[in-house]
Amino acid sequence: MNGEWWSLMADSFGKILIPGLTMTIPLTAISFSLALVIAVVVALVQFANVRVLKQAARFYVWVVRGTPLLVQLFVVFYGLPNVGILLDPFPAAVLVFSLNEGAYCSETIRAALESVPAGQMEAGQCVGMSYLQVIRRIVLPQALRTAFPPLSNSLIAMIKDTSLAANITVTEMFMVTQRIVARTYEPLILYIEVGLIYLLFCTVLTKVQSAVEKRMRTYG
Amino acid sequence: MLEVRGVRKSFGEVEVLRGVDLQVEQGDVVAILGPSGSGKTTLLRCMNFLETASGGELIFDGETFPMSHTSRKDIARLRRKTAFVFQNYNLFRNKTALQNVTEGLIVARKMPKAQALEIGRQALEKVGLSDRCDYYPNQLSGGQQQRVAIARAMATNPEIIYFDEPTSALDPELTGEVLAVMRQLAEEGMTMLVVTHEMNFAKQVSSQVVFMEHGVVAEQGASREFFLHPQQERTKAFLRTLSGEIR
Repeated sequence: MNGEWWSLMADSFGKILIPGLTMTIPLTAISFSLALVIAVVVALVQFANVRVLKQAARFYVWVVRGTPLLVQLFVVFYGLPNVGILLDPFPAAVLVFSLNEGAYCSETIRAALESVPAGQMEAGQCVGMSYLQVIRRIVLPQALRTAFPPLSNSLIAMIKDTSLAANITVTEMFMVTQRIVARTYEPLILYIEVGLIYLLFCTVLTKVQSAVEKRMRTYG
Repeated sequence: MLEVRGVRKSFGEVEVLRGVDLQVEQGDVVAILGPSGSGKTTLLRCMNFLETASGGELIFDGETFPMSHTSRKDIARLRRKTAFVFQNYNLFRNKTALQNVTEGLIVARKMPKAQALEIGRQALEKVGLSDRCDYYPNQLSGGQQQRVAIARAMATNPEIIYFDEPTSALDPELTGEVLAVMRQLAEEGMTMLVVTHEMNFAKQVSSQVVFMEHGVVAEQGASREFFLHPQQERTKAFLRTLSGEIR
C-alpha cells in the first residue's frame, strides 16, 4: 500500500463514519424496533390461533419473504407515488425494512413460542391466571429469551441490508462512499473501508449480544 | 364436596375413560391407583379441565358443571378453588422459587404484593425451602422443585389439591422428601386427590383408595379395607404384582 491510499482512507474515514452514525444506525434501530413489535404480534396471533388474523399473518409472511427486499424498496419509494402516496426516502426505508424484518422475526418468535413446554401454560392456568396473563408473564418472556440469539442474527443482517437504502436516495454510509468514489476514482480502497466500518458495527453488536446472553443465563 | 359422574374421554378412536364416578369429601386423601394406561392421569386432567372430557359432570360445592362444555369463566372460577401438582413440576422457568409461589396470588388474585410475599415465604418455609426463595427452578433438585410446586399449590389456599404422579420423576431419595411434605399436608386436613404409584403413601396416608383399570373404577373403598380385604380379583392380582409375588 502506498501513502496516498493511507491518507485517502484517513481523510474519508470521518466522512463515511458520520452518515453511519447519523443514518445507518438510526435507520436500523428504528426499523428493527418496529420489526420486533410487528413480529411479536404476528407470532402471537398465529400461536394463539386467532381466526382470520392468523390467515392474514400467514399471507403477510408469505408475501414479504417471497419478494426481494430491493423490489419492496422500489415499489414503495418509486411505485407508490403513482397512486398518490409520496414518502420521503427515510420513512420509506423505515417502512420497508420494518415490514420486511418483521416477517422474518415473526417466524423466529413463533418457533420460540412453540418451544416453550405446554406445561408452562397449564401450570399458569392452574394457579388461576388467564390465557393472556400466562402468555405475557410466563410464555412470552421465555420465548423471547430463546429467540434472542437468532434475533441478534437478524439485527446484524439488517444493519448491512440498510446499504440497499442507497438505491432510494437515503444518504447512508454506502451512498456517501459511492459519492466519494465518484470524485476520487478509488473504489477498491473506499469500498473496503466502508466494509470495515460495517464490520466494526457488527463486531460491537456481537459483543453486546454475548454480554446480554451471559446475563440472561441466570435461569435455564 | 367434590364429585364426578360418568366421566368419558376419547382420544380419537381410543376410549380412555368409560364412565368414571368418584366422590371426595372434605379432608379426604384419595389415592388413585391402577396400571399404566388405565386413565388415572386423564381423569385428573379432565377434572381440572386441562383436558376436555367427552361427557360427564362435575359437582363442586353443590354446583353442577357439564364437563364437556363448561364455560371458560366457570373453569377459571373452579380453578381458583383448586390447585394442581404436576408429575414434572412445571415450575415457571423464568421465575424464582418465591415468584413461582406468589405469581398466582399477585396476578390472578390481585393480592397486594407484600401480603403475597409473606404467604409465599411461609409456604416455602413449610416445605423446608426458606433458604431457596431466590433460586431459579434449574438451580434446584427435582425434589426441591416439586416441593416448590406443592408450596405454589398450597399458597392459593385451595379447597382441594390434585397431584398427578408427584414422585414419578424422582429417585427414591428425593421421593421421600416430597412424600413427607404431602403427609404433613394430609395431617393438616387438606383435601387431596393423588394419582400415584407409591403404595406406601396410599397405604399409610390416604383415607380412600380408588383402583382404576381400562377407563373405569374397578374398586374403591377405605384405604385400610382396600389393602387388607380387596374384593375384586383384578385388584388382588394388582396388589400381588406390586408386592413382588409371582403367581
